[in-house]
Amino acid sequence: MSDERDGGASGDDLRVVAALRDGDEAAFTALVDMHGASMLRVAATWVRDRAVAEEVVQEAWVGLLGSLARFEGRASLKTWLFRILLNCARARARKERRSIAFSSLDGADEHGPTVDPARFRPAGEPSAFHWSSAPALWPQTPEERALAKETRACIRQAVAELPAAQRQVITLRDIVGMRADEVCNALEITDTNQRVLLHRARAKVRRALEVYFGGSG
Amino acid sequence: MADGQNCIDIVELITEYIEGTMPAEDRERFEAHLRGCRGCIIYLAQMRETIALTGRLTEESIAPEARAALLMAFRDWKRAG
Repeated sequence: MSDERDGGASGDDLRVVAALRDGDEAAFTALVDMHGASMLRVAATWVRDRAVAEEVVQEAWVGLLGSLARFEGRASLKTWLFRILLNCARARARKERRSIAFSSLDGADEHGPTVDPARFRPAGEPSAFHWSSAPALWPQTPEERALAKETRACIRQAVAELPAAQRQVITLRDIVGMRADEVCNALEITDTNQRVLLHRARAKVRRALEVYFGGSG
Repeated sequence: MADGQNCIDIVELITEYIEGTMPAEDRERFEAHLRGCRGCIIYLAQMRETIALTGRLTEESIAPEARAALLMAFRDWKRAG
């Protein structure tokens, strides 16, 4: 992750770090509440077992505390934290010999359309390769869709079913909110590979939502 | 891209478009297609909404036991410090 483009630590980050150094429990739990769930989600994309993922997260927090003295604020606190987490997760995955080999695991799924070709007019017909019929609009308002617990469950399920590399990329990009270049560095993949994995992952989650919202196939 | 004018191709370029990594010329062609295609406009909007909805998973919190275990770790670190 390039610290230069990260923008570095905010004033808030520096205050939190100072509070942690002082042993401020409220500052610590606030940070845990903010990032804990995302960290667990990320860890779970590296190790299968839930309990092991929780251990990885714990290791990362201990790692953060141990490195506070070295925190210079060149990267944001969040970037620093997730960098430590990814190091812990990778190390653990390696130790468990379940390290996720990107190309091999996703090989079967790197190519081919992300939208069923049957949804487009066939070759030879007028308007060939254009939508046979436009995707159905989703019911309710965006706000109602966002607030529905079922929407969230549907997305969680769709993400869980993705091939490992796609799950890692969409988790880091769209759930944790890391930038593309950070994800490329963390996962040691190229820009193009990152974008392909992200595209396939998002298309599948969209499709799951479409099915859930009752859109036709 | 050789032919980005068919919907079947456009849907595969959406992430590149959203990411802002598409060359200017391709971007213009992409947008020209969108202006005349209701299906692709809806598809793009649904992809954007998918990204936004996925981002809301961060609002979940960790289990109270895990939170308590981390607080213990923090206290240990403080004592050792």
